[in-house]
Amino acid sequence: MENFEPVIVAFCCHYCAYTAADMAGTQRLTYPSNVKIIRVPCSCKVDALHLVKAFEKGADGVYVAGCLKGDCHFNNGNDRAASRVAYVKKYLEELGIESERLAMFRMSAGMGFQFAQTAKDMTEKIRELGPSPINVAKAQLKGEAA
Amino acid sequence: MITAERKPLEEIIACVAPFRKVLLVGCNECVTVCAAGGRKEVGLLASGLHMALLQQGKSVEIREHTLERQCDPEYVEELNSLIDGADAVLSMACGCGVQTIAGRYKDKPVFPAVNTKFMGASERQGVWAERCQGCGNCLLGQTGGICPIARCAKRLMNGPCGGSTKGSCEIDPDTDCAWQLIWDRLKALGLTENYVEMIPAKDWRTSIGNGPRKIIREDLAE
Ligand code: SF4
Ligand code: SF4
Repeated sequence: MENFEPVIVAFCCHYCAYTAADMAGTQRLTYPSNVKIIRVPCSCKVDALHLVKAFEKGADGVYVAGCLKGDCHFNNGNDRAASRVAYVKKYLEELGIESERLAMFRMSAGMGFQFAQTAKDMTEKIRELGPSPINVAKAQLKGEAA
Repeated sequence: MITAERKPLEEIIACVAPFRKVLLVGCNECVTVCAAGGRKEVGLLASGLHMALLQQGKSVEIREHTLERQCDPEYVEELNSLIDGADAVLSMACGCGVQTIAGRYKDKPVFPAVNTKFMGASERQGVWAERCQGCGNCLLGQTGGICPIARCAKRLMNGPCGGSTKGSCEIDPDTDCAWQLIWDRLKALGLTENYVEMIPAKDWRTSIGNGPRKIIREDLAE
């Protein structure tokens, strides 16, 4: 696993983090290509099922990026998203996945630098944790079958 | 509604691990409303089980299906086309749904994936509280619309115990004293004479005291 390149899924709110990603691009700030962005109309559009399925389908890390506290375009969607992330973290622990593999971040549309930094930090963190236990189990199963 | 909570994953895994093909069945009614066993929870559980079992080197095929109402034989018939392909059924409905499936498919083991809790109402988003114990002889008309059976820890019928403190029950400061609630509401309604009137000792035969109950509506029964 020395050449491990984590796959990270980032659910980004259209009104903040997604625009911040754009901003990072305009500012020529680089961030790891490990992070695959999925644009959502609000961070609370991300259901527990999306988060859990992302791990089932092979993500090593997942995060939700919503607006700063009090800045949600839909009032309190970002707080709801945060509660949902906390709930799913507990579920992940129950099924044997380290809860640190899932995170919630908050940023505004103008925070291009923070977007890039978050992507870097999360990639580093997951690199340290190694492949998700699901991917390890899948690889083992494949190895046995071969 | 009937409320429920998912069982710990470990307990569910122990039930399904011996089987190869499991039919996971949700219900679109009460357990959907209390976010315990609807279509979404079925999806979450199936996904969680896949991942947990994968790590144990096991692979169980899980087929998901959510019925309109699992406690109604009419809807359970929908499972006919799926049941043969399953070695066992895992139900996310309340105990009534689990038993309807068990009664219909006698040769299939059925396991509950949730713990059925109580008949309750939604207090606010994400919070459900017990409101009725189905005593079979409703007293709410005398008690200001607040049930002393479901909401008083001692099921007292004629006023509070000595533990009632500043509106809270002695079992827990976060639990309202039912009799305080009843008194406050009777006062607000101008009906305090209801409080003075003795409620006779309850005849529990209308409740579970007389064995399992049944309702037969001659005009509807076939
Ligand atoms: S008095 Fe009986 S029927 Fe009425 S709410 Fe209480 S438990 Fe339910
Ligand atoms: S404090 Fe009130 S609710 Fe609690 S047991 Fe006593 S009377 Fe019942």
